[in-house]
Amino acid sequence: MTRMSAEQRHRVRFILNGEPVDRMCEPRVLLTDFIRHEIGATGTHVGCEHGVCGACTVEIDGWPARACLTLALQIDGCKVRTVEGLTGKQGRLGVLQSAFRRNHALQCGFCTAGILISLDILLARDPRADEAEIREVLTGHLCRCTGYAPIVKAALEAAAALRGDTNREAIDA
Amino acid sequence: MDANAAAGAPAARSWIGQSIPRVEDKALLSGRGRFIDDLGVRPGTLHAAILRSPHAHANIVSTDVDAAKLARGVIAVLTGQDIKALTASLVVGVKAPVECWPIAVGRVRYAGEPVAVVVAESRYLAEDAIDLIEVEYEALPPVIDPIRAMDADSALLHDGFPNNIASDRSFKYGEPDQIFAEAERIIGISIRYPRNSCTPIETYGVVAEYDPGEQAFDVLANFQGPFSIHAVLSRALKVPGNRLRLRTPPDSGGSFGVKQGVFPYIVLIAAAARATGRPVKWIEDRLEHLTASVSATNRATTLRAAVTDDGRILALDWDQVEDCGAHLRAPEPATLYRMHGNLTGAYDIAHVAVRNRVVVTNKTPTGLNRGFGGPQVYFALERLVHRIAVELKRDPVDVISCNLVPAGAFPYRTATGALLDSGDYPTAVARAVSEGGLAELKARREKVRAEGGIYGIGYTAVVEPSVSNMGYITTVMTPAERRKAGPKSGAQATATVSIDPVGSVSVQVASIPQGQGHRTVLAQVVADVLGLTPTDIRVNAEIDTAKDAWSIASGNYASRFAPAVAGTTKIAAERLAGKLARVAAAGLNTESDDIVFAGGFVLSKRNPDNKAPFSRIAALSHWSPGALADDVGQTIRETAFWTPSELSPPDDHDHINSSLCYGFIFDFCGIEVDRVTLQPRIDCYVTMHDCGTILHPAMVDGQVRGGFAQAVGAALYEEYAYAPDGSFLAGTFADYLLPTVAEVPEPLILHMQSASPFTPLGSKGVGEGNCMSTPVCIANAVADALGIADVELPLVPARLAEVLRGAEAAAPSSRSATRPGERKLSGEGSAMVAATPQQVWSMLLDATTLSAVIPGCNAVKKISDTDFKADVTVRVGPVKSNYRARVTLIDLDHPNGVTLIGTADGALGFGAGKGRITLAPVAGEGTSVHYRYEAEIGGKIASIGGRLLDGAARVIIGQFFIALARQTARSATGGDRSIWTKLRGWLGGRR
Amino acid sequence: MKPAAFDYVRAESLDEALEVLRHEGSDARVIAGGQSLMPMLNMRLSKPRVLVDIMRLEELRKVEPRQGRIVIGAAVRQAELLEWPSLARELTLLSLALPWTGHVQTRSRGTICGSVAHADPSAELPLTLLALDGEIILRSARRQRRVAARDFFRGVMATDRNDDELIEMVELPTTNGKRCAFREVARRHGDFAIVACAAVETDRGARLAIGGVADTPVAREFDRLGGSALDDALNALAWDLDARDDFHATARYRRDLVRMIGRDLIAEVTR
Repeated sequence: MTRMSAEQRHRVRFILNGEPVDRMCEPRVLLTDFIRHEIGATGTHVGCEHGVCGACTVEIDGWPARACLTLALQIDGCKVRTVEGLTGKQGRLGVLQSAFRRNHALQCGFCTAGILISLDILLARDPRADEAEIREVLTGHLCRCTGYAPIVKAALEAAAALRGDTNREAIDA
Repeated sequence: MDANAAAGAPAARSWIGQSIPRVEDKALLSGRGRFIDDLGVRPGTLHAAILRSPHAHANIVSTDVDAAKLARGVIAVLTGQDIKALTASLVVGVKAPVECWPIAVGRVRYAGEPVAVVVAESRYLAEDAIDLIEVEYEALPPVIDPIRAMDADSALLHDGFPNNIASDRSFKYGEPDQIFAEAERIIGISIRYPRNSCTPIETYGVVAEYDPGEQAFDVLANFQGPFSIHAVLSRALKVPGNRLRLRTPPDSGGSFGVKQGVFPYIVLIAAAARATGRPVKWIEDRLEHLTASVSATNRATTLRAAVTDDGRILALDWDQVEDCGAHLRAPEPATLYRMHGNLTGAYDIAHVAVRNRVVVTNKTPTGLNRGFGGPQVYFALERLVHRIAVELKRDPVDVISCNLVPAGAFPYRTATGALLDSGDYPTAVARAVSEGGLAELKARREKVRAEGGIYGIGYTAVVEPSVSNMGYITTVMTPAERRKAGPKSGAQATATVSIDPVGSVSVQVASIPQGQGHRTVLAQVVADVLGLTPTDIRVNAEIDTAKDAWSIASGNYASRFAPAVAGTTKIAAERLAGKLARVAAAGLNTESDDIVFAGGFVLSKRNPDNKAPFSRIAALSHWSPGALADDVGQTIRETAFWTPSELSPPDDHDHINSSLCYGFIFDFCGIEVDRVTLQPRIDCYVTMHDCGTILHPAMVDGQVRGGFAQAVGAALYEEYAYAPDGSFLAGTFADYLLPTVAEVPEPLILHMQSASPFTPLGSKGVGEGNCMSTPVCIANAVADALGIADVELPLVPARLAEVLRGAEAAAPSSRSATRPGERKLSGEGSAMVAATPQQVWSMLLDATTLSAVIPGCNAVKKISDTDFKADVTVRVGPVKSNYRARVTLIDLDHPNGVTLIGTADGALGFGAGKGRITLAPVAGEGTSVHYRYEAEIGGKIASIGGRLLDGAARVIIGQFFIALARQTARSATGGDRSIWTKLRGWLGGRR
Repeated sequence: MKPAAFDYVRAESLDEALEVLRHEGSDARVIAGGQSLMPMLNMRLSKPRVLVDIMRLEELRKVEPRQGRIVIGAAVRQAELLEWPSLARELTLLSLALPWTGHVQTRSRGTICGSVAHADPSAELPLTLLALDGEIILRSARRQRRVAARDFFRGVMATDRNDDELIEMVELPTTNGKRCAFREVARRHGDFAIVACAAVETDRGARLAIGGVADTPVAREFDRLGGSALDDALNALAWDLDARDDFHATARYRRDLVRMIGRDLIAEVTR
């Protein structure tokens, strides 16, 4: 039996945005702190550390999850994706990100990373997701700036683009 | 706006007024934002954690930090005395012999007040050491209600505030006494506005460093201004202003006023940096933020109106009691005075009486919050207007309309001194009524009501002030005090436009955006002036007080960006353009008034082919300064300062133009109340805004939607609630309920644009209006729906049950009545124990038995026959914590009954309780033990686990009796397992 | 808001996990999805000496029919169960209740059994388990035992589980064809229930279970009653739950909801 002792650092390996990570950490280190301060992927933000606000939402093995309610050691062997993984090479925004920009679906941008991840997973699973499904997913996020309406609109636009209902290039910002 | 235009087509039309994509967004959408906790720190930086008071009001008897100092990774542990030795008291908002420290010194005055700071190698280690600090408190009576705070028998928070009153001023404008004496009708209302906060998703952050060589501080904080606070900070840190370099990070995760409240922590963390000689970083966590960052004020207001029979309001009489919490931190009591000039709202009312009192209570100190004073004032004023309509049986829109400031009256001087700059209120109302579909909404109300539904319509008309007069807060002083203190006024804004050696243009402003897109708008403003595109302009809106142009008015508050900062930037750009025109005129052989800037060129109006690239003209001042005419000077950098002349100090009769601009808002909404859940649902919301010239329509709508969403929260969900003992009850996002997408409908937003004559761009503020108008609009609709006069925010459905449903179905006769409305935990029960009363009695009084019976008891120390001390580990599910307990037995009635009085405190909070145990013999079975208790639990556990506290306490009490029965069974003859099985059945018998 | 230090065991077999529990007792906590436990760790309400992660145990990941009942293992996540194709048919009530449990972002990791073990009186899953007359299968190093849901929940976060036991699985009778109904009232979508009601059709009428009011979920049988007899029975239930006032709702409001929603749900499943 491997008991990882509290005050020592232990090996954790996982895939972050397609790249392997092989690092050490103490058992109690939260995934938020690990990816932000150990790895330097600061795009994922910390808003409440009790799983309500959704700012820290990341993708773990295809599911949206609260990084603040996850220990770094728990994701050993997992595939993790964060907001940094949504952007193409040369910083080109993806369809969803572009729709956010076009619709002013962000103001301070602090909660945005988590929202993008939740919506990206939803739309990747099912680009036919309707407004009700989009809203259902968004209930797991708190945004204090936008009043949500432009976020819903951006998500619907992105869904339409991903389905091919609109010309994808034309709406790319 | 289409993407092509943004990509840089020549600007045939102006950039201002277009909804171009924001320059901020690409980074924010890619995870490349640079918020304070994203920036990294210098090697060797330490991390702070803060121990906070579980008590609302208590003396600190002793603080033992020895164990914490020895803990792994700990560099320093600082208490109030340590901080006091390094700093000076923060300036208090009124003249009074009162001190204000960023940490408790000798006494705690609100739950969550800092008590000690641990500085360690990581935040994890710092929090470990926090758990090792032992503080002994002596509880004092808490003062929670602002009205009762003023009672002679209430405890005093500060000796320098007699009766807990920090300020009491009365004002008369016009002839209110006479008008009220002769009034056809007097209609009044008494309201309580609750505590809430706009709670940004990013919390506070501070990184501070001290250089002993130059005795200077360097601080990075997500502070938002106003920079009048810089003076407060440098004074508290005991350095001249030039030795406090305050910088802000490039991005800030929302503020809405709230991040003004980081300033006491700047002092605290800077002092910790000084004490340790190392950089220190502190990122506030969410529990800290909700419990103890800052709150809007709660207010108790009585407002009366002298009204004619046809609804014309002739005079108002305000009596406001403002609750600023435990300390009157700068700039309070500004919340109370910000609206002073526009206490008559959107109405033409010539006579006003005001009494303003400011009280302190054992709650978190207050500060800036979106709407700042507006929600409190308009909740009273617009509820009153609604009441007037109801009492006079008139349509609320008619009552609003007949009192509005008339269209041709601008600029209009209000009774209390505001100069309403521009507008056409009657047209705005008329347009909203028609374009917003009020007739259809009324029809809908009739239809829903006819079908048995509960439906109401509410209205509000407000003026939204923006660009605060830095002198309005001095209205709290008497004219004589003001004369002594010297005048305060204005709203000095700054902006710098610079040109580099290749002729590209940069803008620096001290506007410190927290998500509002300032950088985009300023690029539009400057692009228009210089004939460039927004992508040609790079804007930096951070502040560095050591290098930038700034004033006490700098910062992101009072909706000053569009009217003041953007306007000042235009002035700076125009000055530069004026000089460049002269440079170009010389080069193009024409007059400077023939020069225009367009499409990236400087050209002659008369002969557009006579032109030069902008960059070439712009860069000349770098490469060949001698080529410039003498009177041009340089064209490298232009810094403009702008303060509007309309913002004069209060006059000797206390008239104050508290803000520069006054937008207008007229809202109405339809609300349906669910018959079963009583949850009000916003069916339709229409909001008409006149914020002057609109610079970026999408951002204006964004501000409206954002403010609206926060107002929906304030109206229906959010409250910084306190228990009567001062415990804070909304310490997590499971209890402080921010609305989600499911709770926020999309409002219909309508616009008019009456340009302000007082601002360079004609624009006014727009970000705060719905925080002022929407809570009361929703309240008015609910009042209309339910036909009630008193509406309390937030509109918690449960509170409506009594009002709407009358008496409840009685309990079946077998049941005892419950205890309605009680916050105290209480309960009773009984258990059968297989022992004689005498045996049970001796066990209760025996330390050894007690230690076996009290759940998790580690050691009982008998102080006297009736006095015990114990260390107790209490466990409920995964929650486990140690407490120091003290139990005293009184009212001993051997062997029939005894009363236990106990207190306990530990890391998760404290409790105090009283329980009576009575013993009665039952023939053949043993002893019936009956218990009745009441307890109060406070501190961290109450603020984060309130929902489960009652039940958890019952679990613990259950554990006690199970253990008692088990112990009895063990020691008494005839005891067997079946008895405590039976006992367990009773304890769980609530099922 | 950082957890206190703890050791971490990534259990590679059930025995290994049970061995840790046997040794450490109440100083150990089992972590599965962590959606209830992690907030308590972050707030330092809970400071275990060791966490036992059971999510790598394949034997706990199963959802399978077993003699007319459905077994759900301790490592089955809520989101996984929602995707189980037979859910709506076999466990209709659960398919109605699960979407009310947290949000998609917490259901992705939270487990069925974890919620049952946590025993929050407002939680949907303990309520559903009770309404369906399910059983909890507990396992320690010494033995395996079954406890009926009605005997398992003892109080707020208090259950019949001993410190050396973990919930290995829960077992539910299938709802095959029986009418089921679920309704919940919370301040906001996704919040802890102020009142949650679950109803299942029975041979004699309906079984109604209420969460969010008493310290545990409570179930009661309602024979086919009509009119005032049903009102009286619901009123008695409402009062029996001994509702309390808190910051989000009053006792009276909770009783109102029990009476009104209870009546609606009974009508729905007995119509």
